[in-house]
Amino acid sequence: MTHDIVDQIAGVTPELDALRRRRPVTREQLQASFDALFRPVSESHASQAERELIAAFATRLAGSSDATGTFYADRALAADASRAAIVLAEASDAAVEGPFGAYTERGLQGESTEGERYAPSDAATEALGDRLAAALAHTHLLVFRPREASAADISRLLDAGWSADGVITLSQLVSFLAFQQRVITGLRVLAAAGLASTAQTDSEEEAA
Amino acid sequence: MTADQSVLTHDAPHPHAFTRGEVGWLPHLAPLPEEELTERHYDGLVDAARAKNDYFRLLARDPEILKARTLVDKDIFYNVADGLPRAERELAATAASRRNGCVFCASVHSRFAAHHGKRVEDVDRLLDEGVEADLGERWNAVVAASVALTDTPSAFGEAEIARLRAAGLDDLEIADVIHGTAFFNWANRLMLSIGRPVAPA
Repeated sequence: MTHDIVDQIAGVTPELDALRRRRPVTREQLQASFDALFRPVSESHASQAERELIAAFATRLAGSSDATGTFYADRALAADASRAAIVLAEASDAAVEGPFGAYTERGLQGESTEGERYAPSDAATEALGDRLAAALAHTHLLVFRPREASAADISRLLDAGWSADGVITLSQLVSFLAFQQRVITGLRVLAAAGLASTAQTDSEEEAA
Repeated sequence: MTADQSVLTHDAPHPHAFTRGEVGWLPHLAPLPEEELTERHYDGLVDAARAKNDYFRLLARDPEILKARTLVDKDIFYNVADGLPRAERELAATAASRRNGCVFCASVHSRFAAHHGKRVEDVDRLLDEGVEADLGERWNAVVAASVALTDTPSAFGEAEIARLRAAGLDDLEIADVIHGTAFFNWANRLMLSIGRPVAPA
């Protein structure tokens, strides 16, 4: 049986566990998604270290106290300490508020909003390499202003050495993390607000 | 660079705004050719019929994550034996898509919300006016929760939970709002970045 990452990060309680087990397929396939991205069949289009570093950057953008961000930061530091330190510093500097961005659709341009866009510094690009630097710029785009993403952004990834298969894996990675992080945030808030006990155990039994 | 590794550009018109109309979608990268799909790809696609769809054949470039994505998607939206009614799961999806700016996702899921909820005018109000539109308190509570959880950093807190409970949602139904919203933060980012929407014909 696979160790469940959402339970771990959310700090599962018996009540939250009982609630999650009412949706067994969601619980199982959320974990399967993590496994597909972080225990991949092949690393040929995106290496394990790239996945860990991009995940640490993507999730840290939600703020330094975010539990999911801390989980991926620790993994990245274990995988590649020197590049992880740079990636985490870049994320802290680049954390803004989203979603924002300009609409392509003419009827929505009155709703376009501005915010701070991110490009890695020359020093960061030098230290991380072109591939990872391009991936971080793309990650920031997807996290904060997905409505601005265009074919030109995909071109930049290809120019930096990402294959078409690698672009899909990178896009899935960042987008999956947006999902996982929100499930964890949502369930933590729900549990903190107090869940009705659906489990057979009562508080006396737990205290014993 | 081979054709397989270059960006596709298209002249088709962009949609004008959010709509329940049939918005199209064109990929920025070449989907896998259907005749090259192997058993591993079909396993990732889950439904063989999805091999006809450019979006899924593009995602088939990484079959394992496509498979898990597809199965979690189906469970969150189609497993309606208990928990939140389908219409309100689709409402949460539409609200997240409206907030992020995914015109394609909003078109598909607003149609589902309107159909299953039989509340076409309220759904159109959400698309036209945005996430502040007044849809009645229960739907307002679902939309507000979806928006708060969609924002970065998260604005989702006890106030959103209390409002959902006051609107009559129990724990499982609130968890369904959370999962439906969270899933569209996955779907929106893929749809917006690996291709683009096309105006309804």
